[in-house]
Amino acid sequence: MSSILSVRGLDAFIGGQQILHGVGFDVGGTGVAALLGRNGVGKTTTAKAILGLVRRHGEVRLGDGGGRRIDSELTHRIVGRGVGYVPEDREVFGRLTVAENLELAVRDTRPNYELVYGLFPELAARAKQLAGTLSGGQQQMVALARVLLNENRLLIVDEPTKGLAPLVVTEVADALAAAAQTVPMLLIEQNLAVVSRLARDVVVMAEGRVVHTGRAADLFADQDRLQQLLGVHQTAEAKA
Amino acid sequence: MSAVVLLLITALGLGALYFLVASGLSLIYGLMRVLNFAHGAFLTIGGYLGYTAGEHLTHGSASWPAFALMLLIGAASGAVFALLVEVLLIRRLYQREIEQVLVTVGVGLAAVALVNGAWGSDSRSLPVPAWTSRTTDVLGARVPNDQFVCIAAAVLVLAALLTMLHRTRYGLIIRAGVENRAMVTALGIDVRRAFTAVFVIGGAAAGLGGVLAALYNSSVSPGMGDALLIYAFIVVVIGGLGSIVGSLAAAVVVAVLQQFTNYYAVSGLGDFMVVLLLAAVLLVRPTGLFGRAS
Repeated sequence: MSSILSVRGLDAFIGGQQILHGVGFDVGGTGVAALLGRNGVGKTTTAKAILGLVRRHGEVRLGDGGGRRIDSELTHRIVGRGVGYVPEDREVFGRLTVAENLELAVRDTRPNYELVYGLFPELAARAKQLAGTLSGGQQQMVALARVLLNENRLLIVDEPTKGLAPLVVTEVADALAAAAQTVPMLLIEQNLAVVSRLARDVVVMAEGRVVHTGRAADLFADQDRLQQLLGVHQTAEAKA
Repeated sequence: MSAVVLLLITALGLGALYFLVASGLSLIYGLMRVLNFAHGAFLTIGGYLGYTAGEHLTHGSASWPAFALMLLIGAASGAVFALLVEVLLIRRLYQREIEQVLVTVGVGLAAVALVNGAWGSDSRSLPVPAWTSRTTDVLGARVPNDQFVCIAAAVLVLAALLTMLHRTRYGLIIRAGVENRAMVTALGIDVRRAFTAVFVIGGAAAGLGGVLAALYNSSVSPGMGDALLIYAFIVVVIGGLGSIVGSLAAAVVVAVLQQFTNYYAVSGLGDFMVVLLLAAVLLVRPTGLFGRAS
């Protein structure tokens, strides 16, 4: 299987403390790979290390057939190579308007506003509103819209449904499903119903290391293994 | 009544100088988290090069075109000096904020020493248009005309800064970067170019302020930048780091408080009152009047 992202032996540090210990996995050239694990195992740090937002060393390659090493590049260059990043807690610019948040994110000469406003018509109506005054769900739409304006080779999406109302979770999951039709995605997500709906592959982490990789369907079929890795039974399916 | 009008307008003139220094400091700190102790040097260099241009252009009083050229040269030299400091020193210490602050302290000291060496330590009087040495009657107060020049210049700089911040892509990047620098880079933007931009803009405003401070004081002197820098830092902290509107409001408040206390209480007490105001603001609103917690 061709992969768009390949991570090998990735260590990462925050404030002098080592958070990741030789993390390695691949993200396929199509579809969604979910990065799972309990709180504090290093999922967000893994995303930030790939993007160069924390001090890291190891091998990160972007692209098919081995690809190009991006593990010593600056964040803006990595993103410029087509890595769209939707951070945990959304990180929209609260003192900029919705329209300004989107305008800032434009990298391509022909940004795809039709796609974005098609997925999130609310954003067009609220273009002049300060992003800081939006609800959590609306802010998540802004964060997703910022990356979807551009052509990407890979999306890294960190806990997009965190803290959202159930109806909004479905809306965000729909948008992710639509985006995943055209671009591969590394998805960090605690909501297993969303994961089982979207993900083909799973990568499970514990204590800064990868402890399991495989097909999502296989993991969800094996309740004992799921319980062992994540400490949960998959009872969330009804909520999707 | 006429004393109040006179004090108010001279306070606005002084506030204009504070604003010209503080606006750049505030943008630089807001975006880069660098307390730029070299900012006073930008002002001094701008003032001296504007003065030198004036010496070559005119004898006695300056014509308006000559004075406009002096202002332009002051702003340009402040901008070029700031550009060099950013590109040659600050940029090499990317993400090492303590070292960046230390290097600005060093540049500030070295630049003042350089000015001392090149022009001497005595103050020198600036050729200015004759009109600015006269007064205008405002509601019975005889207001020195140089005050109006300072105020008008600050208003123009304010308008230019707000236009830049709200109408250009650089401005958009700067406003976003003040709020969340890491996220700007995570959108694929090289935020270091915005760093250079705020240094150049801040340097230009300070250099312009150098010629205007020379007009206000009727002379240039090597310590002129650092004398204003202390109050400009206070203005920036009171106004809220990173906020241009906050700098403007605080510049006016600080200058008015200072002028009125010096006049109605004891001369010199105004400086102390400004420090008291700073302490009060830090206790009640640590992020400043217009600042937000980051």
